Amino acid sequence: MSIEAHSLYKKFGAYTALDGVDLNVPQGKLVAVLGPSGSGKTTLLRIIAGLEFADPGSGRVLFHGDDVTDLPAGKRRVGFVFQHYALFRHMSVFENVAFGLRVRRRRDRPSREAIAERAHRLLELVQLDGLAGRFPSQLSGGERQRVALARALAVEPKVLLLDEPFGALDARVRKDLRRWLRRFHDEIQLTTIFVTHDQEEALEIADEVVIMNKAHVEQVGTPQQVYDRPASPFVYQFLGNVNVLRAPALAGARRRGGPAEDPNTEGQIYVRPHDIEVSPHDAGGSGLSAIVRHIHAAGPHARLLLEQVQTREQVEVEISRSELADLDLGVNDLVRLRLRQSHSFDEDYAI
Amino acid sequence: MSPTALPPRRGTYPPSFRTMSSARSSRSILPGFGLSLGFTLAYLGLIVLVPLSAAFLKTAGMGLHEFAAVVASPRVVAAYKLSFGASLAAGFVNMVFGLVVAWVLVRYPFPGRKLVDALVDLPFALPTAVAGIALTSLYSSNGWVGRWLAPLGIRVAFTWTGVFVALTFIGLPFVVRTVQPVLQELEPDIEEASSTLGANRLQTIVRILIPQLMPSLLTGFALAFARALGEYGSVVFISGNMPMRTEIVPLLIITKLEQYDYRGATAIAVVMLVSSFVLLLLINLLQKWSRRYHAI
Repeated sequence: MSIEAHSLYKKFGAYTALDGVDLNVPQGKLVAVLGPSGSGKTTLLRIIAGLEFADPGSGRVLFHGDDVTDLPAGKRRVGFVFQHYALFRHMSVFENVAFGLRVRRRRDRPSREAIAERAHRLLELVQLDGLAGRFPSQLSGGERQRVALARALAVEPKVLLLDEPFGALDARVRKDLRRWLRRFHDEIQLTTIFVTHDQEEALEIADEVVIMNKAHVEQVGTPQQVYDRPASPFVYQFLGNVNVLRAPALAGARRRGGPAEDPNTEGQIYVRPHDIEVSPHDAGGSGLSAIVRHIHAAGPHARLLLEQVQTREQVEVEISRSELADLDLGVNDLVRLRLRQSHSFDEDYAI
Repeated sequence: MSPTALPPRRGTYPPSFRTMSSARSSRSILPGFGLSLGFTLAYLGLIVLVPLSAAFLKTAGMGLHEFAAVVASPRVVAAYKLSFGASLAAGFVNMVFGLVVAWVLVRYPFPGRKLVDALVDLPFALPTAVAGIALTSLYSSNGWVGRWLAPLGIRVAFTWTGVFVALTFIGLPFVVRTVQPVLQELEPDIEEASSTLGANRLQTIVRILIPQLMPSLLTGFALAFARALGEYGSVVFISGNMPMRTEIVPLLIITKLEQYDYRGATAIAVVMLVSSFVLLLLINLLQKWSRRYHAI
C-alpha cells in the first residue's frame, strides 16, 4: 500500500509545524523521516495516521490512491508505534496484542481461538512468545517496544508508522533493535514510515530518507544520495560532521587539475572530516597550512582538530590511525591540508 | 590514633540496628527507618488506637448477653441499615459523578475552571451544620428544590433520600481530589494507541481509562464512604431523626450518651467500628487487586 501526502499545512497557534509538505512512499518501502526536533516530522506522521488533521483546506492524504484525509485513525488501518510504547499497563502482553481484535464489532471479530492464535503468532514473530503473561512493567524497554509493534500489527494494518521507535532506548539496544527492524521489514514487506532524529539510524536501515527542517522537506533520496549529494547546507550539516570553510581560504587547496577559483568568492565550502588529506608541511606543494591543536586517537579513527593558519578557522579531520602513526604528528605541528571532495551551494561556485 | 586503629565501620552501628537490617536481609539506604517507624507507631497509637481501644474496653464491661441485646435491638439495626446503606450509596454516586467532575476539570479548559475547581472543596470547608440547614431548607416541601419535587411525589427532606443527599454532598471532594491527579498523569498516548487500534471512544474509556483510574476511584470511594459513615452535623437536620426510619448511627450514639448509657453507646460504636474496618479492608484488597499490574 503506497502512501501519498500532498501539500500539507499545519499550524499550532503561531507555530507552523508543516508548511506545504509532500511525501510519496512507494509500496513496501521502509522510509525514514529525519529531522531535528521541531522540524514537523512527528506532526507529518500523526497526520498520516489520522491522530492529527491537517489545516482545513490544505492537502490530502492518500493510501494506495484512496483519499483517507477525513477518516479517523481507527478507520485508516494503520499500525502506529509510539516513542514511549503507550502499552496498556493494566493488561498483560497477550491482552495488549489482542486488544485491537477484541474491540472489533461482533461481525468482524475473529473467534476467541483465532484471536489467541493470532496474538501468539505475532508474539513469536517479535520473539516474545514466552512473555505473553507478563505485564508491561515487567519488561525491558526493547521488549516493550516489540510488544507495541506486535500490537500494532495485530489489526493487519496496511501501513506501519513508527514515531521515534527507538528514541527511549539505550544506545546498545537501539542498534540491535534497528537492525532487527530492517530484517523484520524485509520479511513482512509492509509499507513503513519511521520518524527519527538520529541520522545514523535513518541512513543505516531506510530504503529512502526524507529530510525535514523547519516545516519543510529539504531533500528526499536514498541514504547514499543524501549523504553524498546533500541538497542544502542544512542537509550537509545534519548528516554527519562537516567543516564549513570560507572559500577564499581555499585558494590552492584543491587537488591540482581542479577548476581554477576566483579568490574573491565569498561562498562557503562544505568538507567532511574524512575528505581531507593531511601531509607534512615541509613536503611542499599546494594546500592549506594548518596547525595541529588537538589529537583524539581513542576510537576507530583518529580525529584531529586543526587551526588554519590563514583564517584561524577550526578544521576537523578524520584519518586512519595508521596514517596518524605514519605522519608522526604532535600538537602544534604545522601540516598541509588538501580537500579530496568538497561542496559549495553557491550558484557560481560549482565544483 | 592512626587510621588503622579505628574499629571497622560496621561495628559502630548499635546492635539493634544490625539485627534489624540483617533481618531485612539488605541494609536500607535511607537512614532513619527505625526512628520514623517508631514515631509512626507512637503517633498512630496515641491518635487512633488509644481512643478506639477505650471504646472496646468500655464495651468489654458489659456481658455478651447485654451487648447482643443492645446492638440487635430493632431501632439500632434500623440505624445500621440506614447508615451503611446510605453511605455506600452516596460513596458509589460520588465515585461516578466525582469521576465526571474530575474529568471535566482535567480535560476541558473553560472559562471559570479555577473557580469550579475551588468550589469542589467547599463541602470540606463548610461547617456541616450549615450544609445541613441549607440542604433542609432547599429540599423541604416548600423549599426551592423541594417544591418542584413534591408534586412528583418525591420527598427528600426527612426521608432516606434526604440522608443520602447530605452524605453525597459531603463526600464529593474525596473522589474528585483523588482521581484528578491520576487523570492528569495519564498519557494521551494510550488513548491514541487505543484509537489507532480501532477502539471507539466508549471502548477506550471502559477498557483503557477506567481500569487505570480504578485504584484512585476506589480510594476516593473508601474515603467518601468512611466520611459519610461518621457524618453527623449535616444529616441530623435533613433526616428528621425519626426512630426506625431516619435515624443514623452517630445520632443514636449521641442519644444514648445523653441518657448516660455509656456502655450502650460504646457497644453500638464497636459494631460500627468493626464493620467499617472490615469494609475498608475489603476495599483496600480490591484496590490492590485493581493495581496488580504494577511492577513487582
